[in-house]
Amino acid sequence: MFRTLLATVLTACMAWAAAAAPGPDKDELVIGITQFPSTLHPNIESMLAKSYVLGLTRRPFTAYDKDWKLVCLLCVELPTVENGLARPVDLPNGKRGVEVTYTIQPGATWGDGVPVTTKDVVFTWEVGRHPQSGVAAAEFYRRVTKVEVKDERTFTFHVDKLSFEFASIGGFQLLPAHLEREAFADPTQYRFRTRFDTDPTNPGLHFGPYRIVEVATGSHIALERNPHWYGPKPHFRRIVVRAIENTAALEANLLSGAVDYVAGELGLSLDQAMAFEARHRDRYTVLYKPGLVYEHMDVNLDNPILADRRVREALLLAIDREKLTRTLFGGRQPVARGAIHPLDWVHAEDLPAYAFDPKAAGALLDAAGWPRKGTGIRQNASGERLTIELMTTAGNRGRELVQQVLQSQWRQVGIEVKLRNEPPRVFFGETVSKRRFSGLALFAWLSAPEGVPRTTLHSESIPGPANNFSGQNYPGYANAEMDGLIEKIEVELDRERRRKLWHAQQHLYARDLPALPLFFRADPFVLPKWLTGVEPTGHQYPTTLWVENWGVAAP
Amino acid sequence: MNRFLVHRVLQAAVLVALMSFVCYGLIGLMPGDPIDLLLSADPRLTPEDVARLKAIHGLDRPLLERYLAWLGKAVVGEFGYSRLYAQPAAAVLGPRLANTALLMGISLAAAALIALPLAVAAAARAGTGFDRAVNALCFAGISVPTFWLALILIMVFAVQLGWLPAAGLPMARDPGLLERARHLVLPVLTLTVASVGGHVRYIRAAMIEALGQDYIRTAHAKGLHPRRVLWRHALRNALLPYVTILALDCGALVSGALVTETMFGYPGMGKLIFDAVMGNDFNLALLALLLVTALTVACNLLADVAYAALDPRIRQR
Repeated sequence: MFRTLLATVLTACMAWAAAAAPGPDKDELVIGITQFPSTLHPNIESMLAKSYVLGLTRRPFTAYDKDWKLVCLLCVELPTVENGLARPVDLPNGKRGVEVTYTIQPGATWGDGVPVTTKDVVFTWEVGRHPQSGVAAAEFYRRVTKVEVKDERTFTFHVDKLSFEFASIGGFQLLPAHLEREAFADPTQYRFRTRFDTDPTNPGLHFGPYRIVEVATGSHIALERNPHWYGPKPHFRRIVVRAIENTAALEANLLSGAVDYVAGELGLSLDQAMAFEARHRDRYTVLYKPGLVYEHMDVNLDNPILADRRVREALLLAIDREKLTRTLFGGRQPVARGAIHPLDWVHAEDLPAYAFDPKAAGALLDAAGWPRKGTGIRQNASGERLTIELMTTAGNRGRELVQQVLQSQWRQVGIEVKLRNEPPRVFFGETVSKRRFSGLALFAWLSAPEGVPRTTLHSESIPGPANNFSGQNYPGYANAEMDGLIEKIEVELDRERRRKLWHAQQHLYARDLPALPLFFRADPFVLPKWLTGVEPTGHQYPTTLWVENWGVAAP
Repeated sequence: MNRFLVHRVLQAAVLVALMSFVCYGLIGLMPGDPIDLLLSADPRLTPEDVARLKAIHGLDRPLLERYLAWLGKAVVGEFGYSRLYAQPAAAVLGPRLANTALLMGISLAAAALIALPLAVAAAARAGTGFDRAVNALCFAGISVPTFWLALILIMVFAVQLGWLPAAGLPMARDPGLLERARHLVLPVLTLTVASVGGHVRYIRAAMIEALGQDYIRTAHAKGLHPRRVLWRHALRNALLPYVTILALDCGALVSGALVTETMFGYPGMGKLIFDAVMGNDFNLALLALLLVTALTVACNLLADVAYAALDPRIRQR
């Protein structure tokens, strides 16, 4: 009796499950990521999950492509001095400015059929520069002193600072004036009334290949093809971006077929992806793209031990970084010689490698007044032990492993390392941002191609009460030569001369070692064999900006 | 009874008001503010941006001043906007509350329905092999980490067998009741397995105590059927302390289950509260925490009232 009942129940369950289980519908793609965007407004706050989703629904004027070249997406032609679309000008205050002209792609139309025009450009600029609008990074909007409208599609930005990056306006994300002007009537309330958050499925908010049709906060965002998209028709009729924060659950969802593809931008950890690849290489392809995520250790230069450059160099020489990345990450995360990525055209090839050399490290420490007796911890003349505190984000398994390797390798040359980790919230929110770490802080910077390190290396960016702790020069590095190089790089338009300045800057960084470089992090993209066209970029512009190239492999 | 009720309601109101201040203060004491966090993620922010954003979000004012401003609006039903979701805090809370109430409500009901007969049967056969087996299962359920259990269930039922979806919420626009139910099976199972052990242990202990009482012996002596003695006489008395456990668990109906929600990608209150606290979203975190407090207090109040109704000695005190 019981067996019959059990068999009946199991059969019913299987039939029910089989009837309801989704088949391999290649017309729909479910992407798994580990974060849900908190707002969908393109210019309020900066969040990777938001950039990822909005990459499907809109296009910035310019972006860096997979080869790290600046290209036009919404504009027709990239402005240069040579083609006359960029014109350096002398300003009344004696400084140099620039006038940059763009033309919007013909055919660019909001999802409700209203053309994208210069009215939207002017409106976006008005919102961005209003101090109460809630736009986070408003520096660009402040620098644009005037928007000159030439016609419905062409406009000129008058920028009060000439910089080599004048053509790059990827952060200037258009807002639909015809929908958003009403919400902006009271700028102080704009961030609460914007339709991007109050009515996110309004088709008029999007002009990309897809438009948002459903937002299940905290769970998923569903998108369908935008009939007004001016570019090539994308393959997938529907894309669902699903947020599953726990990477083990994300992997299980991938294996169960609930998720088709795990995006590298916000996906599995490297060790998890490597283990996954070993088990499921027959069904999935894992692409590893080393990118602009620079893992390093910021050095607190106020620490008298670490203020000595010889100690910093010894610390670097005592680490076998090649072995570390090979052992822990299968060699998929290239060793960094500095903050500039080797794929960046300004990268200097001739930087000192600081290859593993414990003997040289020991000699440097001896010379710095930290001799060693036997195999113990080094001590100075006053009998103080050579002890350094190394902090990182608690719970980040990869970093904690690196930390243990570093501790062990430094112990070999007589340096005592004390590990102290904090939750990311405390570590970034208080300890690092207020320079309250006593020795070394291990974390990563995400930068852009040819990103000028003004906020991380210029002396004016040392966080303190004077600047409201807003700089990111956490080591407290102050070098007039570095300041001068950064300022010259920013305004040098000639590529060759700029390359030389960049090389000088990188050599200075490698000489002074305000931070100890470790490696560039790689993002693992886990794709089903049938998904084609996804090309990881390795920088802050997500793969979704080229979603129209995605497709399904022929069986 | 009325006086008792008024007294307890006033106590509850004071407790909720006190909790609002404690919650606000504790969130305010957390290191860094939302703009500090924003700054660490976006190197483009300038000192001007930081000062401007702190002023916009009122973070440049003292904590007490901010709390009093919030309280002034909260008493007239304005709970402000969620900083994380750029929507009114109450609007963010609504759907999450419904999701959590559904998930936790079914799990709680399932746990109670499974626990009751199991505990009664175990208590009636105390010390036998059956009782020991039930105890072992209870300890296993209590000891198994929720995240591990969730993962195993996903691997078995979603990945290997393919019977059930791994996610807690369907992605189709109008999924229908059946599809919704399929998605809830694994999260409900996880929560039920995790909590049923505790319920069984509690009822079993109360039942064993009740079965040793004089009135049970008298009932047996009167020749009543053993089943009637067990279910009518012993269980009714053993259920009294169980009411307290259920009342305390009612708070979970709105506080959610962080681990289960995270594992199944289920947008519920647990995850929402966690994100709001970690993201320094004062308005949202406060509203959610106060709701949990209020409901827990209300359920305890109901339990007290039920106690008073069931046990005259409490009323007399």
